[in-house]
Parts: sequence; structure tokens; C-alpha cells
Amino acid sequence: MAANYDYEEAPGTYDDANRQDLGYDPNFVPDSVKSFVVHLYRHIREKNVYEIHQMYEISFQTLSDRLFKDTPWPSVDAVAHYVDNDQVFCLLYREMWFRHLYARLSPTLKQRIDSWDNYCCLFQVVLHRVVNMQLPNQWLWDMVDEFVYQFQSFCQYRAKMKNKTEQEIALLRQFDQAWNVYGVLNYLQAFVEKSNIIQILEQEKEGGEQFTATDGYDYSGGSNVLKVLGYFSMVGLLRVHCLLGDYQTGLKCLLPIDISQQGVYTSVIGSHIATIYHYGFANLMMRRYVEAIREFNKILLYIYKTKQYHQKSPQYEQILKKNEQMYALLAICLSLCPQAKLVDETVNSQLREKYGEKMARMQRYDDEAFAIYDELFSYACPKFITPSAPSFEEPLVNYNQDAYRLQLKLFLYEVKQQQLLSGVRTFLKVYSTISLGKLANYMEVDESTLRSILFTYKHKTHAVDSDGKIISNADLDFYIDDDMIHVVESKPVKRYGDYFLRQIVKLEGVITDMDRVKLE
Amino acid sequence: MGRETPKQQQVSYTVEQLVAVNPYNPDILPDLENYVNEQVSSQTYSLDANLCLLRLYQFEPERMSPQIVARILVKALMAMPAPDFSLCLFLIPERVQMEEQFKTLIVLSHYLETGRFRQFWDEAAKSRHIVEAVPGFEQAIQTYAIRVLSLTYQKIPRPVLAEAINIEGLSLDKFLEHQAANSGWILEKGHGRGQLIVLPRNEFNHPELKKSAADTVPLEHITRIFPILG
Repeated sequence: MAANYDYEEAPGTYDDANRQDLGYDPNFVPDSVKSFVVHLYRHIREKNVYEIHQMYEISFQTLSDRLFKDTPWPSVDAVAHYVDNDQVFCLLYREMWFRHLYARLSPTLKQRIDSWDNYCCLFQVVLHRVVNMQLPNQWLWDMVDEFVYQFQSFCQYRAKMKNKTEQEIALLRQFDQAWNVYGVLNYLQAFVEKSNIIQILEQEKEGGEQFTATDGYDYSGGSNVLKVLGYFSMVGLLRVHCLLGDYQTGLKCLLPIDISQQGVYTSVIGSHIATIYHYGFANLMMRRYVEAIREFNKILLYIYKTKQYHQKSPQYEQILKKNEQMYALLAICLSLCPQAKLVDETVNSQLREKYGEKMARMQRYDDEAFAIYDELFSYACPKFITPSAPSFEEPLVNYNQDAYRLQLKLFLYEVKQQQLLSGVRTFLKVYSTISLGKLANYMEVDESTLRSILFTYKHKTHAVDSDGKIISNADLDFYIDDDMIHVVESKPVKRYGDYFLRQIVKLEGVITDMDRVKLE
Repeated sequence: MGRETPKQQQVSYTVEQLVAVNPYNPDILPDLENYVNEQVSSQTYSLDANLCLLRLYQFEPERMSPQIVARILVKALMAMPAPDFSLCLFLIPERVQMEEQFKTLIVLSHYLETGRFRQFWDEAAKSRHIVEAVPGFEQAIQTYAIRVLSLTYQKIPRPVLAEAINIEGLSLDKFLEHQAANSGWILEKGHGRGQLIVLPRNEFNHPELKKSAADTVPLEHITRIFPILG
């Protein structure tokens, strides 16, 4: 029987997918898939979160690997009657369907638009109807994550106008609301607001609410879906704002989540990494290098210790990729803002291995150094987007790189401004006092230029933090008295307080053990 | 939107609320633009509202007003040492940044970021039309300059100070008197080189004042051993 059906005019079918993969029959439902949807549907109705998670995380992957390596899953129309044509289940199934498509194949424009429609329907249901489900956090995180990813992917796709067919342009003009930036942001914002998550987190601090303690799950018969989607949407908003280049607002959106503690964001490894990656990147662009270094260090150590447990997980590759990117960002931060004590030994040795040589060259601030900053930034940065719709009138060009080029340019501009600082650091390390005149001589600049360099050093190493306080991140500092520079080195101070605390606790432990021995 | 000129207070309250509650909304663009003009005339400042507007311009480039963007950038410059200027630049398309007035503002920012005060004041003098449109500009930059000097110098020679804040002669004398009376500056005689100004002591130009953060122990850590001590 010919597999090449003619689906041109049939509504809601995946004719493009069909042309893509001769031999793919969207209506053919293998028994294993039938069994999968029937059981998943039952577990969702019965709120068996553990079973849902197993099926979602493992069974779906296994079936995808075995039967749908490079074809889409059966169409939702084909499976609907196995699940009572349940609207919500069908929306969830379609969401997974599209996610699989994006992961394994290349979506067509029509499919992108259909996926947007599906998200709209699904989100409308969650926002405006009483949804009586408990879904695993992994799934809810994946929904938000995928939503933002598909938005980013669409913007990239749309910005490549040069080789678009007339058909594609017509579709773009017709469905101009699909993946509209206002729509994306407003859905995420709506989740945050409707779920009341910010107030819930506030009240939790005072003991009024239970959220983090239950990992977001509702044990009083309700649903976790809206609340947890609202929670993850804050991370989603951080991510979108980073893609737009608005780091300040992105960090503001994340503010209700306390990243110094465990939380629902750490309950899913993907969410944990995405949160810290974007948090760190935003801080880097805002020149808060110390903060970025601190958070990158923590997460890189965490990944080092726990990645073995995720080897079989479908997110493993993504985890490794983000790991490498964050090492690159850490290398950048430490080159711009040398800090001796902030990085854990394990992370430091990994860093030296991967970027030791490059970091040495970056700190020379010559042409080669800029090339390396460029390379690392380009490797590790988010895929910035141009959110506005294209102009269909002009000669069609590709402008998908514009956003990235702007962020890169401004970043390198900042690096350039710090260029002369490494020179002055070398001298400050060697002298305890030196006159302006002498130092100017050694550095082969005039005194006025030297003063500018010293002002720059002070300005760049004394950042203003989020509370407006001045924090010095200079490991090497100085002050000037008339025309004499006095160098101040921050000696590593012995942490007596911490040491005594640890020993007190240890001694107590030893005594307790000894007491126990006597009793036996 | 058919709004009559409301009281000053009311408009700012409403706009800030809009930015907090409904920022991704193309309809608030005119309000945000008015708010920029209000910040300029009343010498107030709101980074969040201005970023919100720059975002909307990013979403709908055909609605962008270069004049408003220039005013936002000048206000951001006045907020130094905060990195507001570059935060705004991240949201402005490259081709817009190539326009003459923006190139000038970027150069001005560059001079301030790299402590080149003399070059800054020279360039600012050439671009009066841009900077004089925003009241309070000169004072804001002078405040920033003094801040940097206070981080760097214990005792600063008069010519260096004069160059940094662009005040000379009698005006500088008056300025120094005012600072001595109100901000703890002390005027000394330098050896043969004219006046030396002693700036107020802080932990950045007087390292001995630096609280050794490394050795302080937060209370929460001590509470851990209360059971043992008790």
C-alpha cells in the first residue's frame, strides 16, 4: 500500500511531515503506543505521579528510540479514541509530539505554527479552567523550557529571510501572531500571576504556606500544575530576557527564587542548570563578576559530583554541554576579575585543564587575547534573538546574527576598556610604594594617562551591587597620597572563627562517641 | 489615551505600576515616553521604566523615537558608576547606535568609564545640545568624578581635582569651601605645588578601615553550637 497519502487539503494533518518522511503513516498506531497512551491516560486521571514520571521519562524515550528514531509519533487524531478523546490529554500528547519532532527532525513552518497553537490551547486550559492533575516537575519544567526554546528557534528561523519560499512568506504574513514576542512573554507572566507563586513563596518564608517542602506537589487533593508552571515561568522569563539582552529585568524576574537555597528549581536538574547558567551570564554582562564566579563555581561542583547519576537520562547531553559552556564563562569572569579564593579546588583543576592556557593568554590583553574572549563568549553565550517581525518589503536578508553580534561587540568593548589594567597590576604586585612619575616612566605613558588608568582600575574593580553598595573585588588595591602610590595587598586572612567552630563541633562529636562506648 | 494632564505624583505612580504589573503591553509605550520626559524635567530617574520602553522599541522598531532614546542614554550616563548606560545599549540595535548623536554619547561614556575626565569635559563642551537638554547633567558627572577620586586618593593635588570636575579659579575656591564646610574635606598646603585636598576617609582610600569580612562569623553559624555551649 502506497505510503504517500495525499494530505494537501485535510485539516489538522501533518502533510509536511509526510512529504518529509515517505513511509511515515501518521495514522498507524503500533500496539506499544496504544498501550503507552492508555496507561499514561489512566495514571494521569488517577494522579499516580510516580508512574506518570516513569512513563514520561523512560517509556516515551524508549519507544522514541525504538520506533520513532527519525519519524514523528502517530498523530493525535489516531490515538484520541483510545483516551476517550480527552481534550487535555490530547493537548499534552501533542505537546510531547512536537517536542519529539523538534528534537529528532526539522520542523516546517506550518508545524511551528501548529505547535504555537497547541501551546496556546494548553496554556488557556491551565490558566482559565480548574485542572485537576498532578504532573511530575520534570514534565512541567520541560513544557516551559521547550516553549521558550521553540520561541527562540522560531525567531532564528524567521530572521533568515533570504531563502524563504513565497509559500513560507505568505504563511508568515498570515499567521503573524504565532510566536509573537508579546504572546510569549504574556503567557509566562500570566502563569506567574495567576498561580500567585510570588505570594506563596513569600508566605512560605513565614511558615504560612507549603510549597518547597512538598517539592511543589499538592497533597491536599488539588493540582500542582498551575503553581509549578508559575514557578518555572520565572526561570522562563529570566531566559527570555537574556535572549533579548535585558539582563537587569531578567534577574528581577528571578528574584522571588532564593538561589542560595535548595528549592523546586533544584528538583529538576535541567531547571537547576538553566537557572544558574542564565543567572551567571546576566551577572557577567552586568559586570558583577564575583557573583557570577560564585554561582558558576557552585553549580560546576554540583555537576561534577552528580553527573554520573544522569548518564542514562535524555538530558545528559544537554547537561554536559551547559557544563562546558559554564567553564568557558568562568574562564572569562576570572580573566576579567582575578579572584584567588572563590573557586573550589576540584572546579579549579578542571578549569586549568580546559582553559588554563587560554586564560593566561587572555590576561595579556593583546590581539590574540581578544580573539580568545571572542571565541569563548561566542561558544558559551545564549542564542540571542531579534524579537521584531521582519520587514517583507526590503530586499530579503538574513538578520539572525544581528542580536548576537551586538552583544558580542558590547562585551568586547568592555574587555577593551580593561585592557590597560593588567599592565598596571603587574607593577602593583612588585612595588609597595612608587611615585606616579616613576610608574608612568616604566609603563611608557605620561602621568595624565597613568592617572586615567588608575581611575579605571578603581572604577572597574569597585562594582555597585544590587543594593547600591560599593563592593571591591580587587585582590590588589592601592591609594594615592599626592603623587605617591601606596599598594595594599589583601593578605589571605586566617579564618579563625570558622576553624574554632568546626573544632568545637568535632570535639563534641568525639565526646558523644566516647560516651556511647561506655554505655555499651 | 485621552488622559488630561494629571498631577505629577499621580503619573509616576501609575507608570511604575504599569511597568511592574503589565510591562509587555504595546499600549503603554506613550506613557513610558512621557515618563522619560518627566524624568528629565523633574530630575528623577527610573531604570526599570526606561528598560521597559527600550524593550518595546525592540519589539516594534518603527515606533522608536531617537530623541527619547538619546534622553534615556543621557540619564543613564548620569547614573554612573551604575552600569545603566551599557544595560541600555544592549537593547539598542547596532544601526541606531551608528547614528551621530549616539556615537557621541558612547564616546562620552567611554571617557567616563576609563577615567579620562579632561577628554570627557572637552567632548561634552562640543556637544552642548545633547547634554544641556538634560538638567542636572553636569552635577551628576561631577558627583561621579568625585566618587572615583575618593576611591583613589587620600590627598589630591588641586589641578587633578580641577580637571576631573571641570571647575577652575574662583568657582573652584567656592566649591572647595563648600565641601570643606559640609563634606569633611580638608584643604592643605602642598609642598611647593599649591593646594592639596584631603578627601574624607573611607575603606577604599584607607585600607586600615577595611572591615576584614573574612574573619567575621555570621550569627547563624554560632547558633549551631549553642546546644554544645549550653
